[in-house]
Amino acid sequence: MDIIGLLTEPLQYAFIQRGLLALILIGGLNAVVGCFVVVRGMAFFGDALTHTVLPGVALSYAATGSVGSHLFVGGLGAGILSTLVIAWLTRSHRLKEDSAVAIVFVTMFALGIAIVSTQSSYAVDLTHILFGSINGISPNDLTLMAAMGAAVLVIIALFYKELLIISFDLSLAHSLRLPVETLRVMLLILVAVTIVASLQAVGISLMLALLITPAATARLLVKRLHQMIVIASFIGIISGILGFYISYYLDIPSGACIVLTLSALFALVFILQSLWHYRGGDASL
Amino acid sequence: MARFGLTLFKHSRIDLDQPALAVQNLASGYPGEGPAIINISFSVAGGERVAVIGPNGAGKSTLFKAIVGLLPITAGHIFIYGEDCHSRHGHIGYVPQRNTIDWSFPASVFDVVMMGRNRHIGWFRLPGKKDRAAVNAILERLSLHDFAGRQISELSDGQRHRVFIARALAQENPVLLLDEPFTGLDQAAEREVIETLDILTRSGMTILLSTHHMEKAALRFDKVLILNQGAMLAFDRPADALAPQT
Repeated sequence: MDIIGLLTEPLQYAFIQRGLLALILIGGLNAVVGCFVVVRGMAFFGDALTHTVLPGVALSYAATGSVGSHLFVGGLGAGILSTLVIAWLTRSHRLKEDSAVAIVFVTMFALGIAIVSTQSSYAVDLTHILFGSINGISPNDLTLMAAMGAAVLVIIALFYKELLIISFDLSLAHSLRLPVETLRVMLLILVAVTIVASLQAVGISLMLALLITPAATARLLVKRLHQMIVIASFIGIISGILGFYISYYLDIPSGACIVLTLSALFALVFILQSLWHYRGGDASL
Repeated sequence: MARFGLTLFKHSRIDLDQPALAVQNLASGYPGEGPAIINISFSVAGGERVAVIGPNGAGKSTLFKAIVGLLPITAGHIFIYGEDCHSRHGHIGYVPQRNTIDWSFPASVFDVVMMGRNRHIGWFRLPGKKDRAAVNAILERLSLHDFAGRQISELSDGQRHRVFIARALAQENPVLLLDEPFTGLDQAAEREVIETLDILTRSGMTILLSTHHMEKAALRFDKVLILNQGAMLAFDRPADALAPQT
């Protein structure tokens, strides 16, 4: 089979086309949002938030008895609720952010497990939520993902300058009279929306890699945040596509293939850059 | 008033007959704690250079943070060119201590200085030609133009501090506060910062700078404000304020 054949063969089914489109979409979206997560040192928050959406998803499932677009609504509700509770707990600085995140994270995750365990098809349902189901994405799901992704990207574009300032220097942000707390909560909600938009494609357990690895790889390569966003998006999308084809031809779950592709790219860049530094060069683009 | 390669104070609509900064019976501190400074009163004329000196914990940073609006004012008033600080907080340039900054952040020197233009650019807009020209003019004037594209992590301590001064300048504010700019700097870097401050003084900017070093304050400043344990001990010309009895 020639290269064109290899590339087009998986695309003869509509559900596979939708899966590929979803991976491209969430690969780019997670990379953009992930750049802010990485530069602000919020990886733990990102990891926690992927788990706090579980009770919302589980409640939606329990209420309808099926997997579908309504899971987005439940997940989004739980994600935003968790974000607001964390923001509220840390507002007066009586509790450090990592402690607040940890408390909300384990509480919500335990609640999710408790709700899922009340369902008769417990094991199958939990697998869907934990590892995603790229082949089960409906046209409605894809539309919802695209709408959520577009909303997140538009908001980031509109507030880019201000998000850059609150991420770099809070003193400047305060002295410029920026609404620092509002911007911080908005960013946390954008992370929550991104996670929920990606939930069905890759699941809770592997989500963090999509959020963190492309941004961390890009940070090794460039010196400015907007360049980092462009490179990270490229890495996220390419890894989604590569992971998709590897998954199809090797019959391995797509989420795992994407994460392994991302990790391989990170390792390659890290090793090449370390070698370059060892020789006294500047490996930045 | 001398210009600084760009129109420094054009957005401020300030009354130049008023003191650049007047502080009256000020008390301030961190929320949930008692006041860290109390009963602070002084007045700084436009273009003056004031050193705020005192040991660690004297309240120097608290005073600056209260003036900039980072900490709440629990008593007293702050006036900037005759207007209450609540309408003027955003009109003060502030260079914080460098240890609060993540220097590995992916931002170039140009990006950092451009952050100072935020109020002039406005919400939902990208920097325009005018903003880029203003940033380039400041970088040129402070001899930072060659570093414009460099990541901030690649700069020396002195260069980093000059970049932050450039950022404060990009805000086009008439008053600039620098919190411990000499801490951790070697002599060459210190000289860089002092030369930069000389340029700013010639442009008519009012500067308040906190430092531990009394001898520097005596040599290079019009007035000295001495703080200890949150109280003001003296505010006068260096020769008088630093006299042995003080």
